Amino acid sequence: MHHSRLLKMAVATSATALLLAACGGSSDDAGTDAGAAPGGDVYAGPVGDGEGALSVLAWPGYAEDGSTDPAVDWVTPFEEATGCAVDVKVFGTSDEAVKLMQGGGYDVISASGDASLRLIYGENVQPVNLDLVPNYADIFPDLKDRSHNTVAGASYGVPHGRGANLLVWNKEKVGEAVDSWSIMFESDSPAAGGVGPYDSPIYIADAAVYLMATQPDLGITDPYSLDQTQFDAAIALLEQQKPLVGEYWNDYLKQIDAVNAGTMTGATSWQVIVNGFDPAVVGSTKAKEGATGWSDTWMIAKDTANVNCAYKWLDWMASPEINAQAAEWFGEAPANTKACDLTADPAHCETYHAADTAYWEDVYYWNTPTEDCLDGRTDTKCVPYSEWSKAWSELRS
Amino acid sequence: MATAAVAPPKGGFGYRHPRARLAALLGGPMIWLVVVYLGSLAALLLTAFWTVDGFTGAVVRTFTLENFVDAFTTPAYLQVMARTIGIAVCVTILCLILAVPLGFFMSRVASKRMQPILVAMILTPLWASYLVKVYAWRAMLSPESGVIAWFLSPLGIGGPGFGILGIVITLTYLWLPYMILPVYAGFSRLPNSMLDASADLGAKNWRTFRSVIIPMIFPAIVAGSIFTFSLSLGDYITAQIVGGTTTMLGNIVQQNYVTNLPFAAAFATIPVIIVLIYLAAVRRSGALENL
Repeated sequence: MHHSRLLKMAVATSATALLLAACGGSSDDAGTDAGAAPGGDVYAGPVGDGEGALSVLAWPGYAEDGSTDPAVDWVTPFEEATGCAVDVKVFGTSDEAVKLMQGGGYDVISASGDASLRLIYGENVQPVNLDLVPNYADIFPDLKDRSHNTVAGASYGVPHGRGANLLVWNKEKVGEAVDSWSIMFESDSPAAGGVGPYDSPIYIADAAVYLMATQPDLGITDPYSLDQTQFDAAIALLEQQKPLVGEYWNDYLKQIDAVNAGTMTGATSWQVIVNGFDPAVVGSTKAKEGATGWSDTWMIAKDTANVNCAYKWLDWMASPEINAQAAEWFGEAPANTKACDLTADPAHCETYHAADTAYWEDVYYWNTPTEDCLDGRTDTKCVPYSEWSKAWSELRS
Repeated sequence: MATAAVAPPKGGFGYRHPRARLAALLGGPMIWLVVVYLGSLAALLLTAFWTVDGFTGAVVRTFTLENFVDAFTTPAYLQVMARTIGIAVCVTILCLILAVPLGFFMSRVASKRMQPILVAMILTPLWASYLVKVYAWRAMLSPESGVIAWFLSPLGIGGPGFGILGIVITLTYLWLPYMILPVYAGFSRLPNSMLDASADLGAKNWRTFRSVIIPMIFPAIVAGSIFTFSLSLGDYITAQIVGGTTTMLGNIVQQNYVTNLPFAAAFATIPVIIVLIYLAAVRRSGALENL
């Protein structure tokens, strides 16, 4: 008798739990129609008093409140200036950021290009009224109106900073003069066995960049809009690369360790990591074929309750002083033209090519591949990100 | 008569309401077990039948079996399954080979005073963070500059490097205490009279070991193997850090859970199924009753 009662209790509780799980989040189903024009109204302004709180979803190092290094703090001054108490949540990958944002509860997010379109079309973020962000005027022109932050003429955020994914190699094992991704892809590479690709589906775009130079007849113009033939060619190239690979990395500590140990001899890397290597042993360059890169954007959640604080944050992060601090702390090119005069290291902008427009011309910022080709082709369907992800996990199996 | 009433039995609400007492006792654990444990498993299973929006990666609640079909028909994934089971079996066997002599020594040979010290020593690695230990093994295994490679270089052979062998070594190191403890306990429970009887009947050491000791500690070995096998089956961080290009079941789940949650859920049911099969097999052997 007691047993059956316990059993009933168990069934009742689990049924309730299931019901809760099934109902949770079903309200945003309406927003997931693929291809629907991203909605939401632009905030008309004016930006009034803050609501007193702001929840920030950020890349590590983008919203420092002094807890990492007491000297590095631009969140506390923001709180003092605006009265918005900031709560920072850090994420490790773009995929994680999208997942968190879909769960709701955050007001602003620093989204890379491979997350931003998913957020825009998923109706997780709202268009931004740039008139309410005075510092937007000083943003580098080549960061404005890009396909990852602007859809159908509507802007969805304010650029934060950018960087290119670099080619690094071990000079002792691969040679002094290296300028091509070929050491990571070609079977006769001197780096065979020590190749270190970035472990993420977005790395397929790196293969596409290489194909743009080596197989022009494929007709790739944008490494993030690949039709099936182009996509298959990129995967075939990655299959060819696989026997050369020592390790795939997505933890930058792992890469530092492997490059310093001399086991990763030809890899893709970031400027902020490269700065820590011994230039006598490890060479680095932006390869001649061009490179993938990132350009991050501060965006505002669609159903934020703290819209005034959010606009204040966007303007704060875009201001020359704060943009300089943040870009220098993270190790990337700032987005604000005036930030270059304010960095602690006067050569910072030069090191990171902030104002060097030509440098960025063949840098393809991370973007979210979608079925409707991003490069404007309408006669074919492109492979969407979910397929990239699937192909990557099969490749890695 | 009214004044001479027998004093009511001591005890309060719980004594008078046995069902409430039972609810108070088991309510917390039951809610934990059913909602958190079974509930999350059920949610996982349910999610596995949904699909995602190719555009935003958001979960779309339409029924499909495609995730399971993909998981069980894609050759690359079948290979990962076979590889993961192989690794888990290797780790379990290695743990067994190391744990049986150690457990025997600890309970039968070492002095009574040494026993708790030895147990404590077996347990100390568990106090260190899992990640620290795996990264330590990264330093050990690293080709060329690693400790093992350095040790082996005079012999003209390279170290195991990063790969399946590295994973097996690291996992064996990580889960060994979970095998030693039950085996040690099993040996401790072994009555001396059995061994004496075996000796009296003329059995030599090997015969005693094979016919008396092994059957007696078999349940303990099975208990340990459940830990080592299932822990290895679900691990993905070790594969990431010392696996080189090798992937295990968990890595596939991890790679997909953000972009394609339903597929990750379908894939995550595989280790659950494997462990259930393993437990069923173990149950048939009768070992579970002795845990």
